[in-house]
Amino acid sequence: MIYRYSIGCSLSNLKGARDFVRKSLEGQHIPEVELGAITLAVDEMCSNLMIHAHHCNPNDHLELSIQVKEDKQLVFEIIDSASVFDINKFNEPALENLIHEKRKGGLGIRLVKSIMDQVEYLKRDGKNVCRMSKKIP
Amino acid sequence: MVHIKRIQEGNVDIISVIGEIDASSSIELDLSIAKSVGEGHKNILVDCNALEYISSAGLGVFMSYIDELSDKGIKMVLFGLKEKVASTFQILGLADLLHITESKEEAKKKVHDLSI
Repeated sequence: MIYRYSIGCSLSNLKGARDFVRKSLEGQHIPEVELGAITLAVDEMCSNLMIHAHHCNPNDHLELSIQVKEDKQLVFEIIDSASVFDINKFNEPALENLIHEKRKGGLGIRLVKSIMDQVEYLKRDGKNVCRMSKKIP
Repeated sequence: MVHIKRIQEGNVDIISVIGEIDASSSIELDLSIAKSVGEGHKNILVDCNALEYISSAGLGVFMSYIDELSDKGIKMVLFGLKEKVASTFQILGLADLLHITESKEEAKKKVHDLSI
């Protein structure tokens, strides 16, 4: 089963992305806390792309897809025609530095890496695809 | 969407956060804490009973105040976090950097017991 959703790059659309994740996965019997974490990871990845790759231009769009595989493997893809923002190449700042530098960013990447089993980037049809996967119990 | 209310009870300023805090709404949380600090409150409680969701943008707001509050002798305690919200703090290990209690009564006690 594959669910798809298109989202304009405005931060006010993040709620729509979260609702899409929750609604798509509602029949999968995922515990609430786990579903909340997965939803959070998708939100964080979308907001990172909106801010860093699209400068919050609402005319740019991200294509989200969620694939539920038979072995309870969830595969999330965010397809983006703009430049790639690869969190695997980004060293998340230490928590101490975040406090003292009063930086309000950098935590999202930590969250995504903690929540998802795998985060990878690939090219498909000339577009950048961020693929995150998570096995649910 | 988030809605924020503030009330004063005795010498405690209570910020109630209602709804969801993400990258688009974290500014509201930031402004409300800034306002409380600017008005000179020394004891700030954040009521999270109606907080349904928080992303890193909201967590970053709390983090960004840790030094300033400490410098100004201001104490802040969060209370009433739902399990799904608390788990976001725990994933990042922030539960140890912030003061968090279950109930308002515990939060009031904690804010008065804390030494700067």
